[in-house]
Amino acid sequence: MLAKIHITLKKDVLDPQGSVIANSLKSLGFDNVNDVRQGKFIELKINSNSKEEAKKQCNDMCEKLLANLVIEDYSVEIEN
Amino acid sequence: MKTHVIVFPGSNCDRDVAVAIQNIIGSSPDMVWHKDSTIKQSDLIVVPGGFSYGDYLRCGAMASTSPIMKSVIENANKGVPVMGICNGFQILIESGLLQGALIRNSSLSFICRDIIIKPTNTKTIFTNKSKISKMPIAHNEGNYFANSNQIKEIEDNDQIAFQYCDENGDINAHSNPNGSINNIAGVFNKSKNVLGMMPHPERAAESIHGCDDGRNIFESLLS
Repeated sequence: MLAKIHITLKKDVLDPQGSVIANSLKSLGFDNVNDVRQGKFIELKINSNSKEEAKKQCNDMCEKLLANLVIEDYSVEIEN
Repeated sequence: MKTHVIVFPGSNCDRDVAVAIQNIIGSSPDMVWHKDSTIKQSDLIVVPGGFSYGDYLRCGAMASTSPIMKSVIENANKGVPVMGICNGFQILIESGLLQGALIRNSSLSFICRDIIIKPTNTKTIFTNKSKISKMPIAHNEGNYFANSNQIKEIEDNDQIAFQYCDENGDINAHSNPNGSINNIAGVFNKSKNVLGMMPHPERAAESIHGCDDGRNIFESLLS
């Protein structure tokens, strides 16, 4: 199975990179861009009998290593 | 004193801190490779600065899963003094020994220059001889963050070790190099036997460095 994991900064954490990206987009003429938040995308292949079990394991990976829960939120999608 | 310095792939301040320990504490530290699994008896464990594992994923995240960290955590929980400097601070945070997070500097720049810090709690094994001190910082991710509840908890337990300040000891936005909340430059764990700090006392530890203010942290450990 294929796991797609998004890791994003929590709303109360400032994202200076996102702000700079937003400014650059505006300077390119994308005037309607208001808020940019930069995150991480991790894709991994996992052997598992069920999507539920794979998702549970990926959640565990995020809690233990992939995300820092003080500053980040995560979401996991499992595809066959 | 029996002292240990942990060495990860990418550590680059391990020798500097070993020299400072040798000169000031008078103990020749055992250099412990991160794949070793036990530190049997220690009076001080230092997790040094550098770029362990190339800062992959998040600074300190990979190193926090190294085999030796289980033993560092066990020793810390037994009350052994553990000190993390710069990347060592990031590793101690990622291993859960210290609260909060260290995120990208607000300027988005790597900062390498002298700063001034003021000890916030001088009643600890690391800071009983501390005073307003000048020493270098050299980091890209030293912007200390914790949410408002965590900050309140850290403040209420006197867990702030050092804050960035100016020459007069005033803690203000101008003297904050990296955007850290409340100018926090270092924190303790709840029982104050674990210290993490971004500034490098081992790089300001003898006159040849141009400044030896960093000695007071190592001298505190002697008393």
